[in-house]
Amino acid sequence: MLKYIIPLVLFIIMAVFLALGLNLKPNEIPSPFINKPAPGFSAQKLNAPDERLSPADLKGKVWLFNVWASWCQSCRAEHPILNQLAQQNAVLIIGLNYKDQPVNAKNWLDALGNPYNINIMDQDGRIGIDYGVYGVPETFVIDKKGLIRYKHTGPISAEDVQQIFLPLIAKLQTEI
Amino acid sequence: MKHLLLILFLMISGRSYAVDTRQLLDLKQQESYETLTKELRCLVCQNQTIADSNAELAADLRRQVYEMLEKGKSNDEIIQFMTDRYGDFVLYKPAFKGKTVLLWIAPIVFLIMGLITVFLFIKRKKMSINLQNRADSLHMNEDKQKKIRSLLENGDIS
Repeated sequence: MLKYIIPLVLFIIMAVFLALGLNLKPNEIPSPFINKPAPGFSAQKLNAPDERLSPADLKGKVWLFNVWASWCQSCRAEHPILNQLAQQNAVLIIGLNYKDQPVNAKNWLDALGNPYNINIMDQDGRIGIDYGVYGVPETFVIDKKGLIRYKHTGPISAEDVQQIFLPLIAKLQTEI
Repeated sequence: MKHLLLILFLMISGRSYAVDTRQLLDLKQQESYETLTKELRCLVCQNQTIADSNAELAADLRRQVYEMLEKGKSNDEIIQFMTDRYGDFVLYKPAFKGKTVLLWIAPIVFLIMGLITVFLFIKRKKMSINLQNRADSLHMNEDKQKKIRSLLENGDIS
């Protein structure tokens, strides 16, 4: 009897591990930032390079921090979703224009619409490094205290907005 | 000889050098730069170190390491800086702690499991060979006994 049970148990253990492995997404690296303060920066605004924005200016507000670039194909796919989200006025959307040329970025927004309340520039990618950005688009949800509460890697889909972002934003808006 | 030379040259050219090289004034810092960039993972092309990769992010991270070394930061401080931002995944040699225990001990566990299997296999094989031998010798004895009996009963007929 044991002769049959041992291989069966081994097989089940292996199957479980393989099944888990199949469902892992190696591209989604767990973010060490959850519930930590959003890293500080003082960055030039895309439309007004003389003005600067820092996370401290956004204290008391819930904001999305969306990392994007005009050279990024997935950002193009994500863009209409962001436009829709912006129309709902549920949350402040701040864009981090990552390693991009300002001219290209502006053209892009003119052509596809601008869902961002404010866009800031990160031409040399330093803010990106501080936020652990390794692929665009990436989106952070930051609460009123300035803590990062959620990070999304890759383009946001319409389902993500309905199932994750909107409920989370609603919850964070009620927090003091 | 010709082939040997060819192989030798191929081996030399096959060695991967850093995609871009930065030179730090301090020799010890240069050493740190080289070890660090070989221990940090490029997060875009996940199976390359930032020394190997020519992805833009890898170049940015190399610049970051270089600048931190120039400012006199220690290796540990730089590793800490990277893990604070990218998590343990950025390290090719993750720290030994709760989350990564399985990663470190799994190879040893598998080795021990393998050794136990081999040991059991050999032991079982030996046992079956022993049994076989005993059976053979018993068999031989039976033959001999028969012969003896026949000799005793019938006398020498040869």
